[in-house]
Amino acid sequence: MRRHLREDLPALTTTATTSASVEPPPGPVLQEGRRRLVVESLGIAVAAAGFGFVYGLAARDAGFSPIEAMAMSTLAFAGAAQFAAVGYVVGGVAWPAILLLTFLLNARHLLYSAALRPWLRDVSLPKRAVMAHLLTDEAFALAIGHFRRLGRTDVTGYWIGAIGATFIPWNVATLAGVLVGGSIPDPTRFGIDIIFPAAMVGLAVGLITGRRELVAALAGAVIGVIVALASSPALGIVAGGLLGPAVGLLVPAAAAHETAPIGTPRSAERYAMPGVHVDDEPLVEDEPLVEDER
Amino acid sequence: MSTELVLLAVLMLAVTYPSRALGILTPGLDRLPHAALDYLQLVGPAVLSAIAAVTVMVVVDAGGRSVFHIGIEWVAVLACLAITAWRRNLLLGLIAAVLITVVAREMGLVALPGI
Repeated sequence: MRRHLREDLPALTTTATTSASVEPPPGPVLQEGRRRLVVESLGIAVAAAGFGFVYGLAARDAGFSPIEAMAMSTLAFAGAAQFAAVGYVVGGVAWPAILLLTFLLNARHLLYSAALRPWLRDVSLPKRAVMAHLLTDEAFALAIGHFRRLGRTDVTGYWIGAIGATFIPWNVATLAGVLVGGSIPDPTRFGIDIIFPAAMVGLAVGLITGRRELVAALAGAVIGVIVALASSPALGIVAGGLLGPAVGLLVPAAAAHETAPIGTPRSAERYAMPGVHVDDEPLVEDEPLVEDER
Repeated sequence: MSTELVLLAVLMLAVTYPSRALGILTPGLDRLPHAALDYLQLVGPAVLSAIAAVTVMVVVDAGGRSVFHIGIEWVAVLACLAITAWRRNLLLGLIAAVLITVVAREMGLVALPGI
């Protein structure tokens, strides 16, 4: 049964009384927890590096300079939004529209952020400000799983997942992709031009967790193509991205069959790069994020 | 070396960071309305599929008109879609898409795209 999305998140004011603490648990428990976190992080890092490399190639193919590609990866630091931005720029989409779609595409992070709030409430404000910038689908999934296994907050564990597994591999690979891409003669001969649309489709598949998402994806594609043919590719992309969700919402909630509501660890795994599984523990379908840690 | 898009990256940071920080930094932040959350959950699939579909199905001709395009790219992207959905592995899907495209072009089944 599909839940109200807000039920996935702890009420911020009430969860301030949870047992979450920045004090790490005793040595052996912490060591075992971090060992497992590192193992999980390695898989994420490999995937992030591979995907970052492809982003670098796509950015270069779209005419981004190395500085511009790296600025996206360090400042925006949002894989799907960055790939989308490449498509927007190539399609000639106006910047305000790019920013609107970027905001909408990344708005799900608000839910991850709210879900982490009880765990990080005792962390200093400057650290939390930095943690927020590094909060991605993968970082959230790694952190929330790690904290829950420990039963406590582990700031070092957060850095391992957010910096070691995602930020560094993503940015190093982006730089490699945008630099090496120039040494590949005639990229179309090697099928590099197909990587971008194929990656977009693959990422979309990872986001489809119910009938509403499926309908929204199909509607977005159809509307996008129709509007693109009638006007321009840029307008088509914007129209598909904004109107597709509206069509998806026509599917009644009772018939949506949502399997991974946004804001849950499972949704983070689905939003992360397909093929990456950060936690092989089965999650109970209606398991709340933090309340069970009390 | 062009730096024009650095400003776009800064602006993308400006619209992304609040989503990441509000929950962590703002105590007592109330949650978004149900309808807004439902809409936001659907934006990702819609915008990504729109980008993919427009990229492989629409090309701009020399006259600046958008024209419908049919090519091996369709097969490659559909193969990626199927493999990613089946194996939950984007890397395998991308490899298949590239292989299909390269083999088809080497065999002369389709001409190299002019873009």
